[in-house]
Parts: sequence; C-alpha cells; structure tokens
Amino acid sequence: MSTGLEREPSVAVTEDELEALVGDRALARDDHLNAPGFVIRPDAVQDVLTDLRDEAGFDHLANLTAQQYADRYESIYHLRKYADPTQEVSIVVPTTTDDPVSQTAEPVFRTADWHEREAFDLVGIDYEGHPDPRRILLPETWQGHPLSEGYDQEKPQLVTLTEHANPVQPDHHDDESDTMFLNIGPHHPATHGVLHIETVLDGETVVDVDPDIGYLHRCEEQMCQQGTYRHQIMPYPDRWDYVSAGLLNEWAYARTAEDLADIDVPEYAQIIRTMGAELCRIASHMLALATFALDVYGDFTAIFQYGMRDREVVQDILEDLTGQRLMFNYFRLGGVAWDLPDPREEFIEKTRDFLDGLPAKVDEYHDLLTANEIFQVRTHDTGILEPEVAKQYGCTGPVARGSGIDYDIRRDDPYGYYDNLEWDVVTEDGCDNYSRVLVRMQEVEESAKIIEQCLDLLEDWPEDERTVQSNVPRTLKPDADTEIYRSVEGAKGELGIYIRSDGTDKPGRFKIRSPCFHNLSALPEMSEGEYIPDLIASLGSLDIVLGEVDR
Amino acid sequence: MSSEQPRQQIYDSTAPSTDTRDSRIGEGADDRFNSKLREAFGSTPFILTKFDKFMNWVRGNSMFMLQFGIACCSIEMMHTYAIKHDLDRFGAGVPRASPRQADVMIVPGTIVSKFGPRMKRVYDQMPEPKFVVGMGSCTISGGPFQEGYNVVKGAEEIIPIDIHVPGCPPRPEALVYGIAKLQERIRNGESTPVVVKPYELEEFGELPKDELVQTLADDIDEEDLVMRYNWADSP
Ligand code: SF4
Repeated sequence: MSTGLEREPSVAVTEDELEALVGDRALARDDHLNAPGFVIRPDAVQDVLTDLRDEAGFDHLANLTAQQYADRYESIYHLRKYADPTQEVSIVVPTTTDDPVSQTAEPVFRTADWHEREAFDLVGIDYEGHPDPRRILLPETWQGHPLSEGYDQEKPQLVTLTEHANPVQPDHHDDESDTMFLNIGPHHPATHGVLHIETVLDGETVVDVDPDIGYLHRCEEQMCQQGTYRHQIMPYPDRWDYVSAGLLNEWAYARTAEDLADIDVPEYAQIIRTMGAELCRIASHMLALATFALDVYGDFTAIFQYGMRDREVVQDILEDLTGQRLMFNYFRLGGVAWDLPDPREEFIEKTRDFLDGLPAKVDEYHDLLTANEIFQVRTHDTGILEPEVAKQYGCTGPVARGSGIDYDIRRDDPYGYYDNLEWDVVTEDGCDNYSRVLVRMQEVEESAKIIEQCLDLLEDWPEDERTVQSNVPRTLKPDADTEIYRSVEGAKGELGIYIRSDGTDKPGRFKIRSPCFHNLSALPEMSEGEYIPDLIASLGSLDIVLGEVDR
Repeated sequence: MSSEQPRQQIYDSTAPSTDTRDSRIGEGADDRFNSKLREAFGSTPFILTKFDKFMNWVRGNSMFMLQFGIACCSIEMMHTYAIKHDLDRFGAGVPRASPRQADVMIVPGTIVSKFGPRMKRVYDQMPEPKFVVGMGSCTISGGPFQEGYNVVKGAEEIIPIDIHVPGCPPRPEALVYGIAKLQERIRNGESTPVVVKPYELEEFGELPKDELVQTLADDIDEEDLVMRYNWADSP
C-alpha cells in the first residue's frame, strides 16, 4: 500500500492554531464540510493568505469560488497543502453588493491571477490591485456578468473579429531588436482544440506569451446549477475533460455530492469505479502521447495511429462496461448504473487480454518515442517548470509530478478503493517536457496494475453481495447553506468541485476546479525565452483539454 | 549481407520474385492497370459523359477534410480518421491543416459566442466548392448546452450545413455514414438550399444604432467586423 508512507509527514495544524493564526482578522467562522472557514475583511486578503502560506504551510491555492448572495458577494479561497491535501482551510471574503471590491491575492499565489479574472468575468467582483483586470472566458465586449443575480440571458451581445496588437511593440521599437506578433490559434493544429495563444517573437525566441481562452466556454457551471442532484448533473462531467476521462470526472461529482448528502457507496461499486476510472486514465494518457508525437514530429501516420489503435481497445472495453464509447454517464450517486456486462468471464478476460498486451505496447512507445534521439533533443531541458513555480500556479497531476512534486489525490486524500491496492505514485525530477511524458507513460503501467487487482477482486466477489447501488432518496435536498469542496485525481490533475446547497434539489452554486486551467496558466513561465518549437512542445506536454480549461 | 558492403549487382537468380509476380498477376500479358471498368468499355479507351457529371464524380471521390477540432466530438472524429475506421478508405483523406487546401469542413463540437466569428472566417477562407458536415447535437441545436448563455444554438446559425450527423457524440460509424451520404449528394450534383443565416460578420458602423451598439461605440472601430448575437430570437 502506498498511502503517504514514503514521505515526510507534514506538521498538522490544529484548528486552534489556525484560529490563533488568523486572530482577530477573522470576523466570523463559516465552516465548510471539508474545512474550517474564516470570514475576513476584503482588505486583509493578502495578509491572511501570506500568514497561512508561510506560517502554517498552506502552499496550494486549490480553488477560488466567487458567488453572489442576495445581500453580498463572496470570494472563497480554498487552501490546502501539497504535502497533505487533507489539511484544508477556506478563507471567505464577503463584499457588499453596491461596491464589490476585494483585495487581490495575486502577489501571494500567482494562480489567483486567472481565478480572479474569471470571478470578475462571470460573477462581477472587482479585485483591487489585480495586475491584469480583463475578462478571461467571455469576449471583451460582453455586457453583464452571467452568474450574477438578475443577469438577463436574452439580451443581445456583440463579438468582434479584430486584429490583435503587438503588446510589446512600443518598448521594442529600436533598431537592434525587432519583434513580431504571432497569433497561434484559435484554429490551429497544435493547440489541441480552440486555444488562442498571442505570442511575441524576437527572431525565433518567444518573448511574450498570453494564452487567450474561452473559445469553448460552454457554461458548464450554469448547466450544473440548473440540474437536479440525482440524475441531471451526472452527464455533464463527461464533457469537461472529454478525452475519454469521463469516469474520472464523474467521480469528482459523485464524490462531492455523496459527501454533501451523506450517501454511502457499496464496496463492490467502489471497485468497479476504481477499475473504470483507471481504464479512462489509460485512454487519456494514450491520447496525450499520441498528440504529443503529433506536435513534436508532426507525425500523423505512425505514433498517432499507434495511440489511437490502443485507445480503440480501451474504448471497446469501456463500451462493454458502460454502453457508450465516450460519454459514459455510468456513475450514479451511491454507486454505478449496473454490474459488469454478462457474461462476466468474457469481459474480465477481454480486459485481462488488453492488460497482458500492454507491457509490449509500452515498450513499443519507448522505442518509438522516448528512446528516439530527435525526440530527446526536442524535449530534454525544454519547457522547464520548477517545482516552486508549479506550486505557485497550482499545477497538479502529471505536470506537477514531472516537476518532482509528490502529490496525488488518490493516495493523499484517498477515496474509492485506492488505499486497499498496491500501486505507486510516479514522479520524475527533470521538470522538463521529457519528464512529463515519462510520468504519463509510467502512470499507464501503474493504472494497469490497479485494474489487474480490481479484476481479481471482482472475479471472486461472492455473487449475492454484488450490490452496485445503495439506497438513495429519489430527490436529494441537502440542508441549506451546506458548503463543500472535494476533489479527485482526474487524468490531468486535481479535479475539484465546490457545491453550495440552497435547500432545493439543485445546487445553489456549482464551481469546477479544473486542473488544466491551472496547468495552462503556467505556460508563459515555461516558454518565455525559449524557441517557438519548444513552446509547441511545452503546450503539448501540458496535455490540456479545452473543454476543461474553459468549462 | 551487411550494410557496410552495399550490393553492387544482382548475383542470384531473380526467379523467386518473378514467380511471385507471375502468380499475383496471372498468366499472359501484364494487365495490372486494366481494371474491370476497362473491360466493360470494350476496346475503346474513350467514354462519353457530361463534364459536370464527371467533375462531381471526381469531387465526391477525392475530398480533402479540414483538420478542425472544437470539442468532445473531435475525439470521435480523430478516431474516424485513424486506424480501424479509417475514413481514407472512402476517398475522404488525411486532414489538411489549412482551410485554403480543404473542401470539406467537419464541425465537431459546440460553438460559443467567442468562436462564432472565427469559425465564419475559417469557412470563408476555404475555396469553392466547399461542403460542411455538422457533427453532433451541438452543431444541430446547441445539444446539451442549449440553454447556456454563451452557446450558439447550432452551427447553422453561422454557416450553411450540408449534412447533420446526430449523436452526442456520434459514433465513428455514424460519421462515416454521414460523409458517405455527402459524397453521394456531391456525386449527384445536389446542392444545399441557400438558407438565411441569422448571424453574419458585419462592419460595426453598419449596425443599427440600438442600445448595445451605443454602449460599445467608444470601444469598437467603425470598420471592425463584428457578429451580433440575438439570443432572444434563437430557437
Ligand atoms: S454533441 Fe455532445 S459530444 Fe459532441 S461536442 Fe456536443 S456535447 Fe460534445
């Protein structure tokens, strides 16, 4: 079992110590189900967050949720520790409705930059001192803030199609340096979807990168706030990280809602969940590899097709299990939709066959990719992301583990059946594009180990104890004003959800913490000063999915 | 034989390869290039057909797709291009990265307000004649996100669509079927009826001066292209 034994236990901070640390800057307590919460004044944000980071070790700003109540706006900073994510604290910053201004947290946590832009964009809170107060998801010309109260969705909107100006031009106007502005995307083969990167080049060197997102902002949070807990929300998570990571995402919602409404999940269902989720992780990492080869070699014919070939097999297995190739909608609150398909033996054998063939395939990938000299030259020592920087940006998943940060929610904040199984968390210390690829390849093998063990368990599970769902009331109405933030290890990193219930059968606020959003925000750190082909390689190695970045 | 000593001449019998070839093409004169079609034509190498008909036949059988990924459906689209489903078998080959080299655009995903004008621009850059396959419910109506504040209710609001493939996402087989149907239509010379598209790129200065235009008057140049979304009239 690998539940944190390899690592230094972090010094736990008790609630009393926290209370003493925040001191009289706390106006009140506002505890959440997952963490103690302190309400503070809008002008004490930096102060309190700095103390919590430096003195109590809360070095991970996991999420920032903004929301509007009838009488106030609220920003919630969800803090946790990279060393031990079960230690959490929420800092609640209320502001008035007439003048929603709150101090920015950007100097303390770099990742607050994008989060606060999003909060401004969708909810309408202003952050004083923010270095770049622009909209982030919606077009610049948008009127109103869609998740604020009284927003009229029927009003017309205008969107421009303008040329972008060179942001660095004015101070690079002399003779010896001549910069060029380059738009990459939103329609470009290397951006893995509809991402737009505004790049300024000096010769071939990148001097400024600004990812412009929001070309796939599909109002996922609004959709989830309109759906009922029991059945209507579950189909949406499939569409956040749509690279076959469906079950991993569904688990994020299932875990949050189950903890919110206090629902038990039968052990048998947990094993099926664990197995399905890891199959999804394999499929997702395969695509990451395939498209990375596409980015680095421009190779549509060999490695890309190899990746697709193996994904087809996984998708077949998942289709047998769930009934769909991509959008599974298989988890239910309190379990899964149904048991393994009949005949069980056939399904188990099919999955075993796939696992048996996997080591040979992984070797093949190593031959094609990681052992290839060109590949190594392209990826070694490019796109460096130092662990300290990665933490500042809230990077998680293979991106963080490729920078040597030993952080995996499956082990550190266990859920499902993970802590009863034998597997390891993979880390690499290279901090470069190469390490991130290596981490993914090794994670495929670890996932295979997990699936293997799940299959053994499922095979021998006594027939009359195969309960796939516990009893869940038809309509779920969690108590009003219960708040919870829970996360799981998605394919790309920590995928978290914050839910506030308002006493009805639909969430009052549903906020998604997307790992890709954080990982992408670190792109400028990785690529400024490097060559433009390395920018493309770095972007590929982050393995972002725009559906999850923009939500 | 090692590669350090490159072979200078053939010094063994070539009989084995001749034998293989013979057994492949059969006895007699080599007629590898003489297809069944040729047989049907008889002795004359000429055929008589209408030029338009010939062109349509050619077009339908050699389609260059645009490499265009938007959302979840593009994953299934990639699988359609790749091993197992292999769209290339149907003469709808490897995707082109530039719209200027493509004749068919598969729209695989949800269109949101910010992307609408860009998609229109990409479509405009494709040379005529061009065809569009709408993949997935999102391109039909907005799909699961139909009620979203930011979601265009179907790609047809912006560009004309020849074939709709329903599903969320459609299976690769369904997409292959959709493309085969499109080929059939092209071969038969059917064209899409001209539809009035509610959303167009217009110059900002030409818009009627309503409240929204006046609010934005200071921020947008008169000549800038804009797209105006009338959410209230959307289906
Ligand atoms: S139709 Fe479904 S699968 Fe396709 S883009 Fe829309 S939501 Fe995604």
